[in-house]
Amino acid sequence: MSVQISIEDTGDVFPCAETKHLLAGMIQLGKKGIPVGCRSGGCGVCKVKVLSGDYISKKMSRDHVTEDEERQGVVLACRVFPQTDLKLSVIGHLQKAIMR
Amino acid sequence: MAMTGILRPGHVQLRVLDMEEAINHYCENIGLIETDRDDQGRVYLKCWDEQDKFSVVLEPSDRSGMDHMAFKVATEQDLWRFESNVKNFGIETKRVPAGELNGCGERVRFVGPAGHTFDLFAEKEQVGNMVGTTNPAPWPRGLKGMEPIRFDHCLLYGNNFDENLKFFTEALEFQLTEQIMDGDVRLAAFLTCSTKAHDVAFIRHEESGKLHHASFLLGSWEGVLKAGDIISMEDIPLETGPTRHGLTRGQTIYFFDPSGNRNEVFADDSYVYPDSPVLTWTADNIGQAIFYHSRQLVDSFMGVTS
Repeated sequence: MSVQISIEDTGDVFPCAETKHLLAGMIQLGKKGIPVGCRSGGCGVCKVKVLSGDYISKKMSRDHVTEDEERQGVVLACRVFPQTDLKLSVIGHLQKAIMR
Repeated sequence: MAMTGILRPGHVQLRVLDMEEAINHYCENIGLIETDRDDQGRVYLKCWDEQDKFSVVLEPSDRSGMDHMAFKVATEQDLWRFESNVKNFGIETKRVPAGELNGCGERVRFVGPAGHTFDLFAEKEQVGNMVGTTNPAPWPRGLKGMEPIRFDHCLLYGNNFDENLKFFTEALEFQLTEQIMDGDVRLAAFLTCSTKAHDVAFIRHEESGKLHHASFLLGSWEGVLKAGDIISMEDIPLETGPTRHGLTRGQTIYFFDPSGNRNEVFADDSYVYPDSPVLTWTADNIGQAIFYHSRQLVDSFMGVTS
């Protein structure tokens, strides 16, 4: 069973299986919109706010998502398994690594 | 004895979000060997060709990243000499008692200018390298996964880059082997305490104390390719590779552990002697310096840390 994921910021919509995390769903269709990093809950670049819909989430690094944020639907897309259609906005970004 | 002072990376302690997933990744997929566990829930691992009891410690945590990296020094006198060097550089040290990590002697601990916690130690229980010391076989039977030979180095991102380099070369007596220069600004410094292309490396960055990757040595390019096969078979997040670095010449592949800490396995990098010149890559050629074939930077590789 797959559900529809809508990224408010870009207007992108993609289907995602309930068994796959949001980022995997996005990547396999060659879609963009959410920054892709470690895909394991550790780097924080795929941080999103879920605006509507239900999901199950796996553990994510507290360096990037506080307990308060998690309660408000702020999560890492690579740790979120959608259970219904989701609408979300993107918070995370890839940092410029090498700083002069 | 030609090699004195700091000998090698002794271990890295990595924070992991789910211990069962982490053990599966490091032992079944990469192929490290579990040697112990402790009452803090930490799990001790080593590669097959290492004599010491452990080179990786997995620590259960609610955050990802590196807790600390430790270097082994040749003698106890070296430990106290470097403790004094660090203090004279203006950095506080503390002593972590012997046995805080199972089988590890007393450690001298400090936070480097770039924000990473480092330990030095002189003693660690030796359990042997699985092929013994008399008529040793070239490799042991029954290895798993990518069959890493040793924990080799860490690449770290941090601020106070220039001060950190001065600290490593002056107080800890590391040798600069390779660098990326943007005019007169150094963007990357590869450092060795031995004759390796790097035992630790640093990238100029705005945040302090970040881990880019922990790296393990493989025996061949074939091994790097096989690592790529395992990464796909086991649905491990691949970042890039198999390919070659310009820097260090290493043949390499990058991927992430289940807590988002980046790993590298690699083969065939270069070497130095104390009289080797520093190799320089220029910022206008940074693509080739990092990924020799594609000559293109990978966004996540440049910007993602844990």
